[in-house]
Amino acid sequence: MPKLTIDGIEVEVEAGLTILQACEKIGIEVPRFCYHERLSIAGNCRMCLVDLERSPKPVVACAMPAADGMIVRTNSEKARKARRGVMEFLLINHPLDCPICDQGGECDLQDQALFYGMDRGRYREARRAVPEKYMGPLIKTYMTRCIHCTRCVRFATEVAGVPEIGAVGRGERMEIITSDNKAFGSELSGNVIDLCPVGALTSGPYSYAARPWELEKTQSIDVLDALGSNIRVDSRGTEVKRVLPRTSEEINEEWISDKTRFAVDGLKRQRIDRPYVRVNGRLRPATWGEAFTAIGRALEGVSGSQIAAIAGDLADCESMLALKDLMEALGSPNLDCRQDGAKLDPSCRAGYLFNSTIAGVLAADACLMIGTNPRIEAPVLNARIRKRWIRAGLPVFQIGPEADLTYPARHIGNDAGLLQAIAGGRHEVAKLLKGVERPMLILGQAALRRPDGAAILALAREIAETLGMMKPDIGWNGFNVLHTAAARVGGLDIGFVPGSGGLDTAGIIAAAGGGEIKVVYLLGADEIDTSGLGSAFVIYQGHHGDAGAHRADVVLPGAAYTEKAATWVNTEGRPQRSNVAVLPPGEAREDWKILRALSEVLGCRLPYDTLRQIAIRLRDVNPIFTETGQVVPAAWGDFGAKGKLDATPFVPAISNFYMTDPISRASVTMAKCTEVFVARRDEERTGTHA
Amino acid sequence: MLRDKDRIFTNIYGLQDVSLEAARRRGDWKGTAEFIAKGRSWLVDEVKNSGLRGRGGAGFSTGMKWSFMPKEIGDRPHYLVINADEGEPGTCKDRDILRHEPHKLLEGIVLACAAVGAHACYVYTRGEFFREAEALQTAIDEAAAAGLLGKDACGSGWAVDVHVHMGAGAYICGEESALLESLEGKKGMPRLKPPFPANVGLFGCPTTVNNVESIASVPEILRRGATWFAGLGRPKNTGTKLFCISGHVNAPCTVEEEMGVSLRELIETHCGGVRGGWDNLLAVIPGGSSVPVIPKSVCDSVRMDFDSLQEVKSGLGTAAVIVMDKSTDIVRAITRLARFYMHESCGQCTPCREGTGWMWRMLERMSVGDAALEEIDVLDDVTRQVEGHTICALGDAAAWPIQGLIRHFRPELERRIAAFHESKTRKVA
Repeated sequence: MPKLTIDGIEVEVEAGLTILQACEKIGIEVPRFCYHERLSIAGNCRMCLVDLERSPKPVVACAMPAADGMIVRTNSEKARKARRGVMEFLLINHPLDCPICDQGGECDLQDQALFYGMDRGRYREARRAVPEKYMGPLIKTYMTRCIHCTRCVRFATEVAGVPEIGAVGRGERMEIITSDNKAFGSELSGNVIDLCPVGALTSGPYSYAARPWELEKTQSIDVLDALGSNIRVDSRGTEVKRVLPRTSEEINEEWISDKTRFAVDGLKRQRIDRPYVRVNGRLRPATWGEAFTAIGRALEGVSGSQIAAIAGDLADCESMLALKDLMEALGSPNLDCRQDGAKLDPSCRAGYLFNSTIAGVLAADACLMIGTNPRIEAPVLNARIRKRWIRAGLPVFQIGPEADLTYPARHIGNDAGLLQAIAGGRHEVAKLLKGVERPMLILGQAALRRPDGAAILALAREIAETLGMMKPDIGWNGFNVLHTAAARVGGLDIGFVPGSGGLDTAGIIAAAGGGEIKVVYLLGADEIDTSGLGSAFVIYQGHHGDAGAHRADVVLPGAAYTEKAATWVNTEGRPQRSNVAVLPPGEAREDWKILRALSEVLGCRLPYDTLRQIAIRLRDVNPIFTETGQVVPAAWGDFGAKGKLDATPFVPAISNFYMTDPISRASVTMAKCTEVFVARRDEERTGTHA
Repeated sequence: MLRDKDRIFTNIYGLQDVSLEAARRRGDWKGTAEFIAKGRSWLVDEVKNSGLRGRGGAGFSTGMKWSFMPKEIGDRPHYLVINADEGEPGTCKDRDILRHEPHKLLEGIVLACAAVGAHACYVYTRGEFFREAEALQTAIDEAAAAGLLGKDACGSGWAVDVHVHMGAGAYICGEESALLESLEGKKGMPRLKPPFPANVGLFGCPTTVNNVESIASVPEILRRGATWFAGLGRPKNTGTKLFCISGHVNAPCTVEEEMGVSLRELIETHCGGVRGGWDNLLAVIPGGSSVPVIPKSVCDSVRMDFDSLQEVKSGLGTAAVIVMDKSTDIVRAITRLARFYMHESCGQCTPCREGTGWMWRMLERMSVGDAALEEIDVLDDVTRQVEGHTICALGDAAAWPIQGLIRHFRPELERRIAAFHESKTRKVA
């Protein structure tokens, strides 16, 4: 391990670290623009120049490997002078428009100019102006501000795997553009906004919305896919202004998907801000009391088995638990959190988790994807798989609809029958999987949603067992289910599934259509076929006026994920808590409180009055809830059911990445993205379009 | 003055036949296999002992460079890359070697490949050198047909394949790591060093990049011995060198001379003297556009070798001597060079991208005097902010000519500024 001296402090670092990383180890900050720890080293901004003894020239700390005996001075006159020079060069062609720049207040150039900038300019020539570039509806460009650090180029090429950003021209005429002036077509595109150290690439939807110092920052988690990406919700007053990623090495590193980042404008539209009761076929605004009374009246004389509840994709664990407890009190076994009808088996936890963990993907040696397209279903996970592929060339085999995953994947077919061949060892892929140390499989919802989902689940278990994916001795479990709904794992963990003799989602809808079920309680369930509910009395509790509310007889206004402190369990089985960033609009309340209040009206009071009490109840139901933020490895067991396979090909689980839930469906930004990226209506656009 | 018998490039003017047969008559390809048989370390040591310094401009010891290559060939192949992207303004020596002495280069390639453990050599020619690339390809075909290249080059048992790759005319691709990038099919932008090409070069493999003239000199060095070469020139600046003299001389030419020849002798013996006589000389750029200009007072006595020119704060560079007589507008001349560097800057790193344009724009104003007197110091400061702070040497190359101008012709700059302001005041009156 090389030992070097930095600013008089002797430090021993691991071999292969750069001077800059060594500096960070001992808390010395070296200014930088182009360097980013998750991107390749470019060394082009020259801001991190440090003084290295016995070197006539200052060296770039970001690229120079630390070597034994080096004597580095980060703050000598030579180093400071070099940085001042670089700063002056960066500023000569950078517009002095900080007052109207969205990056103002969180701009690296602004910050560093404070330390290394001169008090007046010496540049008397004409300044460079660069035409704006079109990068799509999400990224707003102001290319005159660009300092050519190429972070965006490297992100697009390396992390996103969509090499559509590049630099054309040379010298001072170098410009960053997208290929063909098209929108940057990555599901992770918004991250270039965070990466851009200046105001060249800023958020389109957030433009001129707020200044960073006006925002209240709340640490929270994302629920728009099942990864539970760690986010920071920036709000002002009652409005969520934007969502930014929070670093979490286990889940999202420091990336988030475009849906996570940009769908938040959907939180302001189509909101249910007061209770409604259907009177003479029309929903009329009502008070909480009126709504509860209407529910009480509907439940009069209805037996438990005539009541059913379905939880939606965004439901939190607390509210699902409260609803489950209420249903039990009412005597109903008919509840289900799998509104898409996925044949997930709640009896064995390992059977519905992403057991390898997201970070564990980096240890995998081969991957079999069954009915899943992680690029669409979990873009951040896909970036992790891509990272693994870049590092060590992960072989990926795909069964399901063919899709561009941003890394090479061998498409072996779109036929469930292939699974039998692989499980039986007859397919060559079986040999390839068995031959490596840590093979993994990812089972998607497209496979589980089918009528033969349980049989596919059983086959996947067999594949995992026979092809060496279960290696407890080296701590490897290669069986992974990739969920698309944030509520799903939590729902299964608290047992929001049919009780004995109870009906599942399809059964509930059929029974409601047939009149056997009289009352259906939808907890944010919008993805079911509401037209099939027949004449049942429907209670919809949720935050958006989407499909469920449209059909409901009573609408109860709930809180969205940014408005409540609640728990979700991600696809790995990691329970995480959100925090209240803003208050729910109007008369809307946190969801578990609504159920608690309703239980009292119905005469079966739920035994918790505070968040703490319901948290304790959660732990009693399932001890995994004690381990917030942790993944507890799940015990392997028997799950799935052998059965006949269906010959029909797999259908993608998600057809439009940008619209998957009530929030993103209400988002204007997501609608624009759908138009540009899904319907491909940006073909005629050029760089001069606004 | 170099004696004819000590010349390496006997057909540099193309007065004789270029073919393999004629080249053989001149002594090329003689004993190549025997040299290879003596082994890698002998080859490297011999070139090291000859004192041959890279002829591409930087003047780094060729033998030393070879010795940086891994001793054993691991799982990555070794490559030899010949830099024939001769773009330095004023330089035209490699071009003549490609046209008229291609077999010297090819023989050198075979020897160098054996010395660095490479089986493949890429010759990266400048995009404008279309005919030169053709001439080289003809020579490669001839040599391959004669068994001098290929699976068993010269019967030595060592396989050498030579590929010609034509660049697209960017000056920066003459920088070795940008050249490698370009050769890999990427944008020609210099790489960060370390790692150096000897560790991570072409396609991530150990690579030696040498100039055409350096490699073309190697066969003669081996044939006549390191001591012969080391005996020419001056200590640490040994051997012969092709000088390209252009500008205000009566007979511009490329000529092979001994290192350390005096500048005056070089110009007066080979170029028919400065136009209008030695006293009409204003200044000389002694080593291609990248090195600082030297005024007549320095030219009077300076010797043409790496160390002597460094002593007078200039450099030998590619030994492209640009002579300027008193009719030259020296400020405009340097301004033109500044524009060249602005145009050729790759734009990758900040000081060069922003600095070259700034320097040129200031010089544009200064060449008519439209500047403040203090701006001369600002300009000098800017060149020093560029120098040494960039990824590659283009930043230095852009800064040095301007530093030379300010060092030696500051009074001229001041005069212009004063004259400009005077004429303006007169107009107002």
